[in-house]
Amino acid sequence: MIAHSRPVVRWLSQLLLLGLALLFLAPLAMMLLGSLKADARVLTDAGSIGGLLSGEFSLQNYRDVFARTDFLRFLFNSLFITSTIVLCGMLVNSLAAYAFARLEWRGRGLLFNAVLALMILPLEAIAVPLFYGISLLGLRDTYTAQILPFIANAFSIYLFYTFFIGLPKELEEAARLDGASTLRIFFSIIVPNAKPVFASVAILSFLMWWGAYLWPLMVTIGPQVRPLPVAIAAFYTLPPLQWGDILAFGVMMVLPVLAVFLLFQRWFVRGVAASGIKG
Amino acid sequence: MSGRRGLSDQTPTALLMAAPALLGLLLFLLLPFVLALAFAFTNLRLGSPLPLEFVGFKQFLRIFSDPGFLQALANNLLFAAVVVPLQTALALGLALLLDQGLRGTLVYRTVFFMPVVFPMSLVAVIWLLIYAPGPAGMMNQLLDLLSLGHWQPRDFLRDPALALPAIMLLSIWQGAGFQMVILLAGLQAIPLELHEAAALDGAGRWQRFLHVTLPQLRNPLIFVMLVTTILAFRLFDQVQIMTRGGPDNATTTMMFEMVQAVFTRQQVARASAMTVIFFLLVLLVTLVQRRLARQEGYRP
Repeated sequence: MIAHSRPVVRWLSQLLLLGLALLFLAPLAMMLLGSLKADARVLTDAGSIGGLLSGEFSLQNYRDVFARTDFLRFLFNSLFITSTIVLCGMLVNSLAAYAFARLEWRGRGLLFNAVLALMILPLEAIAVPLFYGISLLGLRDTYTAQILPFIANAFSIYLFYTFFIGLPKELEEAARLDGASTLRIFFSIIVPNAKPVFASVAILSFLMWWGAYLWPLMVTIGPQVRPLPVAIAAFYTLPPLQWGDILAFGVMMVLPVLAVFLLFQRWFVRGVAASGIKG
Repeated sequence: MSGRRGLSDQTPTALLMAAPALLGLLLFLLLPFVLALAFAFTNLRLGSPLPLEFVGFKQFLRIFSDPGFLQALANNLLFAAVVVPLQTALALGLALLLDQGLRGTLVYRTVFFMPVVFPMSLVAVIWLLIYAPGPAGMMNQLLDLLSLGHWQPRDFLRDPALALPAIMLLSIWQGAGFQMVILLAGLQAIPLELHEAAALDGAGRWQRFLHVTLPQLRNPLIFVMLVTTILAFRLFDQVQIMTRGGPDNATTTMMFEMVQAVFTRQQVARASAMTVIFFLLVLLVTLVQRRLARQEGYRP
């Protein structure tokens, strides 16, 4: 936009931004302040700013979460499942994308078009047969069922592909003339030059799987391999309903991600913007 | 560049590199999808002693005469019809506000994007408290304040008229930041000269928005609306946690019905048929988007 708007416009924009920001923050403030209040007070106080800020604060709810649920196990499950998908996914999908972007081979065009076509299939379009297969194989309630099917990802391949295609070929030429193998070229030349796309893919797949609910709800049975999103929903239905404990669970569940987000904000924003480029 | 192809055959290396991903896509995406298409025409149930039979379109006929599923379909379409325009408008408004280079832009961008990193299940649980019935509930308090005391406290999630709108609102809150970031990137990609040229021609703010910004933002806007429409068809987490499809099917969705079918009743075939209907809707929306989106690099 053109930089010089009239002062009135700028002033109104500031006011609007502030109002909207408060609306966006209100639920989060309620969660944080509510998590510090006695369970019985949360429902009565959570409606107003005055109510939220008055009264006594304590960390009792946080202690209760550890006493009433296996929080650390759920946290580990979420971290383990998500990071395995993200790390294995980055490796497997970037290797495939490089083969599509730079190597000459039979079947390349056909297979790449197939990958592009598969981008249209969301998890929901395959959840039922996948659930059926997992049940038949006796793999319900395992990490495998929550990790293995989601490592290969058509959209990640596409993102890597568009980035690799844009890298100058001279990067690889010299190494190739020196007789370096394709894999060596990939790991020592391409990967270091492709950090932005690795970051984008990591963040997008992290956001997708960290918050996944439908699939883990279907395949997990007990708390053993249950990830956080399913765990908090289960905690909500666990009597007695203690709102303070639930909010404390929520704060602890989101804090690590929020910290990473605030530290690497620029990359998050870039990663998300990258997902829109294909428009 | 130097066309040195054929120097050595790269097919074995390429296959080796692509094999893990391609195998994964084949086994865990293509195969299940083909199976969903096949199962939809059978009587398959999990753990059923009945022999597997081909039943033609029977599952589809049953689904389309099931008032629960028809209500679900209607809810998904209503959700899309309301949320897609509202959320896109909000995200566009936020992006325009942030694109002015005002003080604090970075902080505001962080605030609006923050809900995106919240898992939907956590958002649903937080909003259960916001929608708490009785005068002390946050939403009831807010509406009481806005209506200057004329608001009668409501039980949003148990009110057939309010339950779906309540779920729409939190979905917009959670998703708008994602769209905003994409639209902001689109705004920042618009060449400044276009605005300057229009300003020289005497175009005002509003005219520049209509004739420069919107046409230049066409593809990001279409993309964002496509993604949100598909999300509307996928609607599940909020409903499962907050209302279980109730009251009286007021918030049930295709995905909720599908999970009910396969999960609580082991009806794999029926759920597969719902999957097929869901997929056809996604396909339709995607094809419309492809038609509407102009080629990259388009300049008016």
